[in-house]
Amino acid sequence: MYKIAVMGDRDSIYGFAAVGLEPFPITNEDEARAKLRELADGNYAVIYITEALAAKLEKEIEYFSERRLPAIILIPGVSGNTGKGLQAVKRSVEQAVGSDIIFGND
Amino acid sequence: MAQAHVNPTRMELTKLKNKLKTAIRGHKLLKDKRDELMRQFLILVRENKALREKVENEIKNCNKNFVLAGAGMSTEALNVALMAPKQEVYLETGTKNVMSVEIPVFEYKTRTSDNNDIYSYGLAFTSSDLDGAVKSIADILPDMLRLAECEKSCQLMAKEIEKTRRRVNALEHVMIPQTQESIKFITMKLDENERSSQVRLMKVKDMMLEEAHHYSEKDSAGAVKVEVEAL
Repeated sequence: MYKIAVMGDRDSIYGFAAVGLEPFPITNEDEARAKLRELADGNYAVIYITEALAAKLEKEIEYFSERRLPAIILIPGVSGNTGKGLQAVKRSVEQAVGSDIIFGND
Repeated sequence: MAQAHVNPTRMELTKLKNKLKTAIRGHKLLKDKRDELMRQFLILVRENKALREKVENEIKNCNKNFVLAGAGMSTEALNVALMAPKQEVYLETGTKNVMSVEIPVFEYKTRTSDNNDIYSYGLAFTSSDLDGAVKSIADILPDMLRLAECEKSCQLMAKEIEKTRRRVNALEHVMIPQTQESIKFITMKLDENERSSQVRLMKVKDMMLEEAHHYSEKDSAGAVKVEVEAL
């Protein structure tokens, strides 16, 4: 049985608590790094993380992307959509195909 | 052309020929794997993109709803309302094997069986905006989980495709040509050796015949006799 975590600034994530995801309000970079490691090695299969916080933790997220679990998924926070989430998808297309063929034409 | 030194022996030749056969077969298999992975990946990544756009939009709406709800009531009341969630989501994870890439499959279970059992607060002290906000977030949860599954699969597949592509290229452009080169080198060397031993044998035969029959002496003696007769 795995659980689902949500990380980010408090305003962006407290709503997810209502539907049963576990919120971890964090804004401090070092704290977030430690927490992310803790969650990834813990019993969490999916970790949603706000784009703003993810921007500070790129190395960690890259590291965990090679592991089967957990899945670290970027979500936009209250401050707005930075497009980082779509960029990550784009990057994986580039990695696989060699050039971006999905996002190029639109 | 420049390559590691190989012994020009028959044993080495057999070994290399087997190696080439394996390499060619491996190359074909890996190429098929790459093509199929790529096909599956493109299907998945299109879905991923559509899902992400949808989820991002909906999260934006949810955030809007929550900001509105928060504006309508005090922070304390909001915190209290959401402090003890009723609902909990558990994930069962399985794996699906796509061309030897293990991609995750999530199946989610909620603690209470009723999907609408999400309001963890009494209705007396909260605004109706909060109900709407919580409902909107509950509605996108399945999509968010599907997105997680999809995006993780894409990441894992992209890694595998990259790896497979490198292998295919290494086989195609390095391993196979090098082995072919070595095989050619050994065959030519062996042929050359055979020719040289042939020539050596012929020469030795000549020398031995010469030793036994003294052809050249007889020839020169014959020549002298002819000269004398001519005189």
